[in-house]
Amino acid sequence: MTGFTGIAVLCFLVLYAPLVPLVVYSFNHGSSLAIWEGLSLRWYYSAWENELVQEATIRSLVLAISAAVISTAVATMAALGTTRTSPYKGLTLVYALINQPLMVPEIVTAVALLIVFAVIRAATDYHGMAYLILAHTAFCIPFAYLPIRARLEGMDLTLETAAADLYATPLKAFKRVTLPLLWPGILAGFMLAFVISLDDVVITELVKSAGQDTLPTYMLGQLRRVITPEVNAISTVLLAISVVVVTIFFFLNKEKR
Amino acid sequence: MRGDTDFAVQVKGVTKVFGTGAQAFRAVDEVSIDIQQNEFLTLLGPSGCGKTTLLRMIAGFEHPTAGQILLDGAEISHLPPYQRPVNTVFQSYALFPHMTVAQNIAFGLEMLGKPAGEVRQTVDAMLTLVRMAELRDRRTDQISGGQQQRVALARALAPHPKVLLLDEPLSALDYKLRKDMQIELKRLQSETGITFVFVTHDQEEALTMSNRVAVMNQGKILQLGTPRDIYDHPAERFVADFIGDTNFLNAQVVNSAGGKVTLKLTAGEEVTADLPGGVAPPVAGDSVTAVVRWEHAKLTAQGAGQLSGTLANVVYVGTDTHYYVELSDGTTFVSRIQNSRDDELTFSEGMPVGVSIESNGVQVVRN
Ligand SMILES: Nc1ncnc2c1ncn2[C@@H]1O[C@H](COP(=O)(O)OP(=O)(O)OP(=O)(O)O)[C@@H](O)[C@H]1O
Ligand SMILES: [Mg+2]
Repeated sequence: MTGFTGIAVLCFLVLYAPLVPLVVYSFNHGSSLAIWEGLSLRWYYSAWENELVQEATIRSLVLAISAAVISTAVATMAALGTTRTSPYKGLTLVYALINQPLMVPEIVTAVALLIVFAVIRAATDYHGMAYLILAHTAFCIPFAYLPIRARLEGMDLTLETAAADLYATPLKAFKRVTLPLLWPGILAGFMLAFVISLDDVVITELVKSAGQDTLPTYMLGQLRRVITPEVNAISTVLLAISVVVVTIFFFLNKEKR
Repeated sequence: MRGDTDFAVQVKGVTKVFGTGAQAFRAVDEVSIDIQQNEFLTLLGPSGCGKTTLLRMIAGFEHPTAGQILLDGAEISHLPPYQRPVNTVFQSYALFPHMTVAQNIAFGLEMLGKPAGEVRQTVDAMLTLVRMAELRDRRTDQISGGQQQRVALARALAPHPKVLLLDEPLSALDYKLRKDMQIELKRLQSETGITFVFVTHDQEEALTMSNRVAVMNQGKILQLGTPRDIYDHPAERFVADFIGDTNFLNAQVVNSAGGKVTLKLTAGEEVTADLPGGVAPPVAGDSVTAVVRWEHAKLTAQGAGQLSGTLANVVYVGTDTHYYVELSDGTTFVSRIQNSRDDELTFSEGMPVGVSIESNGVQVVRN
């Protein structure tokens, strides 16, 4: 046994240990984050009843689903455009452009969007969700793109050739052969985009209009005031959702090609 | 442009160049070939000679740089693959992994917009034809390689194409299964009456299965003929070398008349040789290459026979014995003799021997 195993174990501890008290105290009956007063779902009820939490939850879900749907659609087309053509000049540049959100620091993007959207807001007087959806879509695209592209690259091109040989027009070949085989990749891309959007704080905080808190920004706001285990309860639910979605993503990706 | 409808496929002066400029490569070089209706035609040649490229141009996956391809007399060069009544059996089978065996076979029929009843009937008939009826609802990754091969065949045959293209369909199978599938393919071809264009680099496969064989090298068709023609009368040195086991002898032309040539072998006597059609008659004094198949010569006592040399090696290979004779001009000549029970070993290594070539055993080839 080498020292690496020990280091790995340590890393896991650092990663996961802090989550334990968070989850445990979400079930605390008392309002302290330090003194255990018995098991209860009190803070879950409290979060559930809290209108601000309800609104933020709905907003978060609408935002995450919209951003995931749009970014997955865009990413699918981008992936088809970058794998199903013969290599052309500038293909590397296209990769780089698609992956821009992975490279540009989030806070930079956030500030840039803040400025641009401020101008648009002033000009149009529109204060709706579109800004958030647009911003989330943009940074979700590379996350949706990666699993879809990986799946496309692993796909045997002769299958599409065989479909054409068997009288399938390009559109039919896409619908009957490419798309069904690509589906797990698309779902995986969707789920990844969904979790990424659900988690986002920085861009949301800077882009949102007044009264457009999502769950993460609502929690951030709460932390600045009185801390109650309600925040723990919300965190635990978010954690559970992420774990479930990422697990499904993992199995989709593992599925035989 | 119309051609002769006696032919299923006509390839007219087709060239395929890949790449441009300095990297330009002629994968297929001015190939012309007329494929008859109901024919089993094999394209035979070494790896990289352009067999797949020629097949892909007939299927429509690749477009000729020059020349035309006609199907039943009508030009199809400009049609996309899905508009050509031609189907392909791919080397990798390319079965759709998200469909069952039956769904795979139905695919082409559905794309052609056949009514559901007809699709079901044809699929059933195809499943019976390839003996896969029990496995109709299996996923294609849950059947063996040989069974996948049958499904690929059934899928390509189901739309009843004018021509079936097969690109080394047997190369992934083991020896025994290969033999079975060779017979199976011949049966399918005669039962369906479809023209088969079959690609292989296995000479035995080509000779046993085909009505005609086209031998290819470096993008060109060197010789086209029946298996017998190709084997007995190879016109080119390459063909003689690629198919069968062959000795090459240096010789000088003494005289030439009709289809016969009298040669003086550098390592032996004067012999009369055949001149296959397509080989320009040489004139007296020309240096030519003569070919003799291993099985067309046997050993005799020294002094007898048309060649003489020293027995260098005797290799026993079960059914036959191969005798390696070093001729007086330094070349090695091999004679293959079938073994029988009452053979006695009369020749041993190091002995001076003569070689007797059967009458009609020598032939002149193009170099
Ligand atoms: N898309 C392509 N681009 C460039 N060169 C190609 C392309 N396809 C084939 N070639 C070249 O053309 C030549 C003929 O290829 P082809 O696949 O037709 O050979 P083949 O006779 O089928 O060989 P094998 O028996 O190995 O399958 C090869 O030298 C190959 O490298
Ligand atoms: Mg090939």
